[in-house]
Amino acid sequence: MVCESWKERLDIYLDGELPHEEMRTFDAHVRNCSSCSADALSRVHFKRAIHLAGKRFAPSAEFRNRMQQRIASKPRRAFRLGWMLAAAAVVLVAGTLTSTYLGNRSGRDQVFSEIADLHVATLASSSPVDVISTDRHTVKPWFQGRIPFAFNLPELQNSEFSLLGGRMTYLEQTPGAHLIYDARKHHISVFVFQERSLPARLTDSSLKPAKLSFNMETWSQGGLRYFVIGDASAADIDSLVRLFKTAS
Amino acid sequence: MWSPSLQCLSHQSFSLPLSFPQQFFVLEGINPALRSSHHVDVSGANLQLNSFEELAIPLFDQLYNFAHWLTQNRDEAEDLVQETYVKALKGFSSFQLGTNFRAWIYRILRNTFLTSRKGLKVTMTVPLDFDDEEEGPEPAIEHDTPETLLLARSSHESLQSAIDQLPVHFREILLLCEVEEMSYQEIADTLAVPIGTVMSRLSRARQTLRNQLRPQLQQEAGQRIPRGTNHGL
Repeated sequence: MVCESWKERLDIYLDGELPHEEMRTFDAHVRNCSSCSADALSRVHFKRAIHLAGKRFAPSAEFRNRMQQRIASKPRRAFRLGWMLAAAAVVLVAGTLTSTYLGNRSGRDQVFSEIADLHVATLASSSPVDVISTDRHTVKPWFQGRIPFAFNLPELQNSEFSLLGGRMTYLEQTPGAHLIYDARKHHISVFVFQERSLPARLTDSSLKPAKLSFNMETWSQGGLRYFVIGDASAADIDSLVRLFKTAS
Repeated sequence: MWSPSLQCLSHQSFSLPLSFPQQFFVLEGINPALRSSHHVDVSGANLQLNSFEELAIPLFDQLYNFAHWLTQNRDEAEDLVQETYVKALKGFSSFQLGTNFRAWIYRILRNTFLTSRKGLKVTMTVPLDFDDEEEGPEPAIEHDTPETLLLARSSHESLQSAIDQLPVHFREILLLCEVEEMSYQEIADTLAVPIGTVMSRLSRARQTLRNQLRPQLQQEAGQRIPRGTNHGL
């Protein structure tokens, strides 16, 4: 075939990726070779067609506005957040001192009791979740703007868990996320709150509340306090906890 | 939509005569031969672009387009772009101004896609880090047949459909090269592979696209093109 060695590098030449000297040599050849010239022209047409066909999708105006506002407002939000965190820190210090003074054991028990109540009350509700989806990429964004923090949800592929959905919840007047998972027909609740907003000082622990037949684990990670509770086995609760710890 | 080609052209000095491919591309309204200067516009290397907003917002439409091609679903594309921006913003302090922001944020998007449910499914089917060099020698290249002209004039829809059907590792590299007009180095940075792999994978992506278009074009042209008369454009 004519000019085979040239044509092997024709795409690289048309991509503008040959070294400078080789580009010049190639230029000279293509200008004087009708076969390579015709081939280059058809390839350019093909590249042009792919270029146009590839610009296929455009974001919706709603999505564009949402993202632009989100990106543009970040610095200002961060500034406001700084003051809010400072104020929260003051409140936290005051709260911590008070808590220490009164002894926080009763406060901790009260938190665990409230978590168990939230779990039971939610499952008894006719609409336990506000966002119904098994997709973490649907459930996680749903919380944006509803709670003052972000968190990661674990990938559940090849695990025994499936996500059923989520809802907003409150603990001691603090907003948080409540996620519900299914594991072998047992429903498990995962609660996420900002650690600093919780009044009681909690320590990471695995426990079984005496008056309820639930297993519960709690831990703190990245400034967030997690609670996992359900009537599933302690091993299942532990598996879900590990998935969350890996994702966070 | 932000137009990289126009931006490149506006910054280009034409003091030197245009090379052969540049003449073609200028006539065609695109100028990939000049894209080695392209990434500078969004990299922050020469411009005083210091905020995340200034660097990231101009890439929004392109990132969305790329995300939609990867996920093949509008909702998933929106989630992917959103997560990409959140991660990029979070990690922006570690980004070094003067390095290539576009390759950096595309790499975040791609990695986020690969760890999503759909991305994991894709990588289980075709591992993305397969060794392109072990695929055998490049196919023989022959040209100048009527088929090459037919391929070059593929209808918009048939071309989009053929790109859609490409394996994701071919689809992404073809889009990065032909649509995003990235240099080989930028593509290598985005995909975290050597430039040699970029070249061989790109060649195979183009070849696979032509092979997918061939039956359709034969049907459209109402004529039979004997197999083996042309192995590529």
